[in-house]
Amino acid sequence: MTSARRGNPVLLGVAGLAGLLVILELVPRLGLVPDRYLPPTSRIAAALADEAGTAAFWRALADTLFAWALGLLIAVAAGVLAGLVIGSVPVLRALTASTVEFLRPIPSVALIPLAVLLYGTRLGSTLLLVCYAAFWQVLVQVLYGVADVDPVADETARSYRFSTWGRVRYVLWPTALPYVFTGVRLAASVALVLAITAELVIGAPGLGKEIATAQNSDAVPTMYALIVVTGALGVLINVLTRTGERHLLAWHQSVRGEVAT
Amino acid sequence: MGVLKKVLLALGLPILLFVGWFVLSDGSENFYSPPLRTILTAFTDTWQPDRLRADVAPSLLRLFAGYLLAALIGIGLGVAIGLNRRLRAVLEPVLEFFRAIPPPVLVPVIMLFAGIGDGMKVIVIVFGCVWPILLNTVEGVRAVDGVVLDTARAYGVTGPARLTLVILPSASPQIAAGLRQALSIAIILMVISEMFAASNGLGFTIVQFQRSFAIPEMWSGIILLGLLGFALSLLFRLAERRALRWYEGLRAAQRRAG
Repeated sequence: MTSARRGNPVLLGVAGLAGLLVILELVPRLGLVPDRYLPPTSRIAAALADEAGTAAFWRALADTLFAWALGLLIAVAAGVLAGLVIGSVPVLRALTASTVEFLRPIPSVALIPLAVLLYGTRLGSTLLLVCYAAFWQVLVQVLYGVADVDPVADETARSYRFSTWGRVRYVLWPTALPYVFTGVRLAASVALVLAITAELVIGAPGLGKEIATAQNSDAVPTMYALIVVTGALGVLINVLTRTGERHLLAWHQSVRGEVAT
Repeated sequence: MGVLKKVLLALGLPILLFVGWFVLSDGSENFYSPPLRTILTAFTDTWQPDRLRADVAPSLLRLFAGYLLAALIGIGLGVAIGLNRRLRAVLEPVLEFFRAIPPPVLVPVIMLFAGIGDGMKVIVIVFGCVWPILLNTVEGVRAVDGVVLDTARAYGVTGPARLTLVILPSASPQIAAGLRQALSIAIILMVISEMFAASNGLGFTIVQFQRSFAIPEMWSGIILLGLLGFALSLLFRLAERRALRWYEGLRAAQRRAG
């Protein structure tokens, strides 16, 4: 089978997206769904264009991205540090295993009431939720990564009298790095979800709050437009983290292997 | 000795943390972080059988209904999409987009369509946690070993048998991974949909406590949610280990072989 007969995947993908947009235009126009609930694509697009012309929209976008980036940064730094320390000391690892397993599944939204009491509708509320949720993603991946260190390589480094720092830098870190990136990738999308959730539920400034406002004022097309923006942000973050991972890990087997075989 | 050490290691830190919290918070005058003693009293006072029946049971029912529906839809559609290359190419960007939308923003949308009843909450849960199941199933079905498929075809294993004996088992570890991701999303959405609009449920009650400044009760609700999340993930792990025992064994054998 040639690729022409199968169809170009990019082209088919674009066709799929276009098809969705057409369906969403036609469904309300034909009256299958009341357009009060689901406005046609064109009206959502118009609302999006309107929004893009307002300063409030860009400020909300910036607020969301700032909370996302800062929360992610704190979570990644804390997760990597804690993961390396806990992972490389067997006693600590055994001691913390049950606690990590216990704290990880606690839904981060359980902290919403606490965040409201502590920080009200300020940035701190969003950061608390984002950091909590993203931290575990990173920590658990780093722990897997540290556990994956080749014992022979570690022993070799020891017999060459590498310092502790040297072993971390030249044995531990390169092994754990792909796991760290997986953790960062997972944490990046979780952080976005939590940032927008916090804004939506608590009312901290950002896109989520704008969605809640649009809903309360019955501005349905605007609400859809903002939701599309959050989806686009999510896709963008996915694509960026994946590309970044491929570039930064170009030397690593997990990436090289795909090319070779 | 070995068992004792294991138990000590597993329980040591949690007990230490718990005792630490208890002792350090005992004289707490801070309104927002009351002594753990008070929280525990509030816990036993608040979560009595009537309350569990009135608030926790409806939450759990919605959670299970939504999660099961999402699993059925996700696995069903996932198998269909995974088996058809062209369909996959058409739908992949659309699915990626839907997955990238933060699920909680769907609450306002679904409220438009389904009002604020139980249906809304179940739909929100389905809509939020169907994507990881769907996409993982697609990946799992796609990754079925070609040699295995050819062998099955050569032995005349076709139709439903091909699906249940070859494709689904082979994709099951990945499907399980999707189900695990979906479980935590389902809990989050259960709570959030109740925070928006509800007259009962765990999320509703906790927000109610927070708004009326019943701080120890609020803390007890947070702890209950934590215990619930933990219990559900434990249940899932047990079920997964049971269903995928062959896979764990295979992996262990591969690891030993190096």
